[in-house]
Amino acid sequence: MKFADTLQFASGSLRGSRSRTLLMVLAMSIGVAAVVILTALGEGARRYVIDQFSSLGTNLIIMLPGRTETAGLTPGMLLGQVPREISLDDAQALLRSRAIKRIAPLTIGTTNISLDARNREVAVLGSTSELLKVRHMDIGQGQFLPASDIHDSSSICVLGAKIKRELFGQRSAIGGWVRLGDRRFRVVGVLATQGESMGFNTDELVIVPVASAHMLFNTSGLFRILIEARSRDAIVQATHDAEQILFQQHNDERDVTVITQDAVLATFDRILRALTLAVAGIAAISLAVAGILIMNVMLIAVAQRVREIGLLKALGAPATQIRNLFFAEAILLSGIGSVAGLVLGEIGTRVIAQIYPALPVAAPWWAILAAFGTALGTGILFSVWPARRAARLDPVMALARS
Amino acid sequence: MIRLENVSRIFTVGDQQVAALRDINLSLGAGEYVSIMGPSGSGKSTLLNLIGLLDKPTTGIYRLDGGNVTDLNDEQQARVRREKIGFVFQTFHLVPRLTAAANIELPLMLAGVTVEERKARVAQLLQNYGLADRASHRPDQLSGGQRQRVAIARATVMRPSVLLADEPTGNLDRTTGGEVLKLLEQLVEQNIALAIVTHDAEIGARATRQLHMLDGCIMSDEIRRT
Repeated sequence: MKFADTLQFASGSLRGSRSRTLLMVLAMSIGVAAVVILTALGEGARRYVIDQFSSLGTNLIIMLPGRTETAGLTPGMLLGQVPREISLDDAQALLRSRAIKRIAPLTIGTTNISLDARNREVAVLGSTSELLKVRHMDIGQGQFLPASDIHDSSSICVLGAKIKRELFGQRSAIGGWVRLGDRRFRVVGVLATQGESMGFNTDELVIVPVASAHMLFNTSGLFRILIEARSRDAIVQATHDAEQILFQQHNDERDVTVITQDAVLATFDRILRALTLAVAGIAAISLAVAGILIMNVMLIAVAQRVREIGLLKALGAPATQIRNLFFAEAILLSGIGSVAGLVLGEIGTRVIAQIYPALPVAAPWWAILAAFGTALGTGILFSVWPARRAARLDPVMALARS
Repeated sequence: MIRLENVSRIFTVGDQQVAALRDINLSLGAGEYVSIMGPSGSGKSTLLNLIGLLDKPTTGIYRLDGGNVTDLNDEQQARVRREKIGFVFQTFHLVPRLTAAANIELPLMLAGVTVEERKARVAQLLQNYGLADRASHRPDQLSGGQRQRVAIARATVMRPSVLLADEPTGNLDRTTGGEVLKLLEQLVEQNIALAIVTHDAEIGARATRQLHMLDGCIMSDEIRRT
């Protein structure tokens, strides 16, 4: 019997029992679609997190005061001392390392911003000109903080896009004066709209020179230092150098914490990948259920078609041919079911992408392959028994069945 | 052409052994027309199934066209059935979802014959059996006589040397049954050996050779002189 004829005969018997075929295809396609959609969601979440982290900057190392892993009491803590703060000189000293490309010190506080009668509460970020590059920010109008000495406390500021809109409206803000707390600042630039990233909305931020921020908030310690390593390979060296320099600066005391973006990213990546796999695994169970369904229905089909099988044997079909016919049916069923499932999954993924545009949902290629393969595999696997049963039927008995 | 030598067929029912055929010796030549008669359970159908290679003898040897076909494997037996044997059943055994033409085509498809030749042979047979206008009808749209004609066309499409018919007129009225028998008898003239199992003495009497069976044995074997 020719291959094409086998397929045609099998598809003919599938068409012969339409509702049975439709139900099986439906079961199979729901299984496949579930795998595709769930992995697309998991993968989307993973990429979302990675994108968020990457938008912070590349090869980024973050230094913060205090040491979280320090165990037990230090003599200082008994006297009510907080960990020693990181000074501007400490930040400046970091540039001694060859592995460190640039640094951006950060001081954060909130204060009132006002222009004429308008005023609102605003988050003020004290930093240097390097922040623009380290943090991958874009300037919309004017310019960013000019490169100058880290101790320079000139009264200039860069406004977030939303703050500018609220204070100046459509008017140009460049060269205008705003009042921050009790000081007047000249606006030199406006940030491009960037939106939120990692809980920081740059649109609602005012950036001033770090020394000015210290005067404004009457502090001298830094909230964070963002350190950009020279390259990806230099991250380890840069981290080590930063710790070492601060160790020396702080009279041989390790009282800062250094976090690398990579480490955080890798952890998230691992967690979310595991989550995606787990979800895909759960969805795969529905495929196994669909496989069992196929087996069940194939067994019924064999029972219903006993006479036909007997006839085929009488007409000269060997057992292997009968088996191939039932195999072909199962493969066709799961094949059509898989394709329908992939289409369904693709539609589902698009719908989700429409509802949550921020989430980059897309099923990874391995999930599509795995779903398709598992569907075909279970279809074939679970038809082995029914096909063998059909092939082994005794033709005399089969023909005598009424 | 067909030779059965000391053939027995024993079924095990529960823990009892039931002999459906006992030590049968039988020869059938090409173009011979034989009827097999006898009461229910006398072994007529078992004999037919053995000749048709649907069943295997418990003991004894079956030779077809000189070759021993008793111990062939499933694949080889299927091939012999496909190429040398045609079956006609009491209940027609047409595949309900296939058209008359597709039913006739079935053995050719199983044998892997090319599509063009299949179409040509099926068209020829439909013409011969007066079914040309019924080619695309499904079995449930055909009368009993038409169904049996489709079944005969299917049994002969591979040009077998033996045609085995188990009560071919059992589900037909007298007139239609007579027409079907005439069709089968025409095939004998084309040198096909025809074996008909029947209850009906009148039908049995039309055959040139008549076997009477009882309890798995051939009681009489008469050749009618014409």
